[in-house]
Amino acid sequence: MHSLLNALLVVVLALNLFALGTSRIITVIKVVSLQGLLLGVMPLLIEEHLALAAVSASAAAILLKGLVIPTMLLRAMRDVQIKREMEPLIGFLPSMLLGALATGFALLFATALPLASEHTTPLLVPAALATIFAGFILLTTRAKAITQIMGYLVLENGIYIFGMLLVGAMPLVVELGALLDLFVAIFVICIMVNHINQTFSSLDTRRLAALKE
Amino acid sequence: MTNIFIHIALLLIMPPLLLGVINKTKALFAGRRGPPVLQLYYDLIKLARKGVVISQVTTWVFTAAPVITLTAIMLAGLMVPMGPFQSPVAFTGDLILFAYLLALSRFFTTTAALDTGSAFEGMGAAREVTFACLSEPALFFALLVLAKMSGSLVLTNMLHAPLAAGSQASAASLVLVAGGLFILLLAENSRIPVDDPNTHLELTMIHEVMVLDHSGPLLGIILYGAAVKLFVLSAVLLHIVFPFQSGSALLDWSLFVLEMLLTAVAVGVVESVMARLQMRNVQHLLIAAILLCGFGFVLLMR
Repeated sequence: MHSLLNALLVVVLALNLFALGTSRIITVIKVVSLQGLLLGVMPLLIEEHLALAAVSASAAAILLKGLVIPTMLLRAMRDVQIKREMEPLIGFLPSMLLGALATGFALLFATALPLASEHTTPLLVPAALATIFAGFILLTTRAKAITQIMGYLVLENGIYIFGMLLVGAMPLVVELGALLDLFVAIFVICIMVNHINQTFSSLDTRRLAALKE
Repeated sequence: MTNIFIHIALLLIMPPLLLGVINKTKALFAGRRGPPVLQLYYDLIKLARKGVVISQVTTWVFTAAPVITLTAIMLAGLMVPMGPFQSPVAFTGDLILFAYLLALSRFFTTTAALDTGSAFEGMGAAREVTFACLSEPALFFALLVLAKMSGSLVLTNMLHAPLAAGSQASAASLVLVAGGLFILLLAENSRIPVDDPNTHLELTMIHEVMVLDHSGPLLGIILYGAAVKLFVLSAVLLHIVFPFQSGSALLDWSLFVLEMLLTAVAVGVVESVMARLQMRNVQHLLIAAILLCGFGFVLLMR
C-alpha cells in the first residue's frame, strides 16, 4: 500500500514543478485538478481496511478539488479571456528551479524531524512541505489573480497531504468543513476576479495597489 | 534454448514493425490512412537491391560506419532481457558495455557524417553529440537506480529487479525512472519532441541530417539499425513499466510482443499531440530526464 502511495506522491511532486514551469493558465488549472484527483485517492490507500470516513473524505475531495473547483475556474477564465501569465515576479524557469530546490530540502529536512515511526517510510511529510512551498511560490510571484488562486489551491493541497497523517484520527466533520471553506473561498474569488476584470480590464493585481486620482 | 532463439528472432525481425505501428498511429490521429504497417520492410528490401553512390572525398569510415553501428546495437540488444526471460549474453558489469555500445554506434554515425565533409552533416553530428552529453547521464542514473535496487551489476538481474517484488519498497523511484527513460527513448531515437523523423530539409533535424549522403544498402542498414535501437530501448523501458510475469512461456512472449506494440502506440500518440520543441529548449527536456532519474536515485538512497 505504501509503495503505491509513494508513487502517487512522487507524481504530485512532479505536477508541482510542472505547474511552476508553465505559462499557460489552462495547463496550470488542469495540473492542479489532476493533483486534486490524486490527493482524493490517497485516503483510500492509507487505511488498511476501508472505513466510511475515508471513503467519504476521498469522494468529497475528488468531487471538489478534482471536478467542481477546476470547472469554476475554467469558466472564470473563459469570462475574462486571458490565456497566459505574462510577467511573473520570478521567471518560470527560476521558479521551477526554486521548487526543485525546495523539494530536495524538504526531503532532507523530513529525515531530521522527530516523526512517529509509522510516518517515516511514506513520503507524506516531505511531499506536504514541498507542495506547500510550491503553492507559496505560485501565490507570491504571479501577477494575475487567477494564477494566485491556483497557488492558494496548491498550498491547500500541501496542507491536505499533511492531514493524511491524521486520517484515522481526524473527524470527518473537520475535513469536510475545510473543504467547504475552500469551496466558498474559490467561489468568492471567482466572483471577485470578474469584478476586477470589469473595473480594470486586466487581472494584474499590481494595479490594485496603485492609487487613483 | 528456445527462449534464446525467440529472443534473437524477435530482435532481428520485429524492429521495423514498431516504426510501422508508430506511423500508423500518427496517421490515425491525423485522419489519414497512412502507409502500411509493414512499410519499412518494403523499404529495406527496395534499398537492398539498389546500387550505392559513394562520394570521392570519403574514406573507409563512411562505408564501415553503418555496419559497425548496426552490429553494436545488435550486441547491445543481446544483453537486454525481453520480458521475464534471461538474455543470451550476461556477465558482471555488462551494463557498462551496454551503455558504451550505444555510445560506439553514435560515435561511428557522427564520424561518418563528419567524413563526408558536408557542413550540413557536421552540424547534425554536433547536435547529436551535444544532446548525447545530456542523455547519457540520465541513462546511467537509471541504471544506477536499478543496480542499487537489485544489488547486482548484471543487466539481466538489474532489469528484472522491478519484477522480483523488491518494487514494493521502491515504486516511487521506479515511477521517476520510467518517466526519465521514456524521455530518453524519445531523444535517443530522434522522435518528435526532440527531432522530427519526417523532415529532410529543415534546419532543426538531428538524426536524418547525418545520413543524407548514405544511399542504397548502406541507408537500409542505417534505417534498420535505428529501428533496432528503438526496439532495444523500448525493451529496457518495458521492464520498469510492466513488471509482470504469467508463468507460462508462450503467454509471456505474446505479452511481451503486445507490450512492445503498445509502447510504439504510446510514442505515436506523443508524436501526434506534441509539437517539436525549439532546438534551444531540447536540453531542458533532457535535463528533466536527468533530474527524474537522479531524483529516483536519491529517493532510493534516502
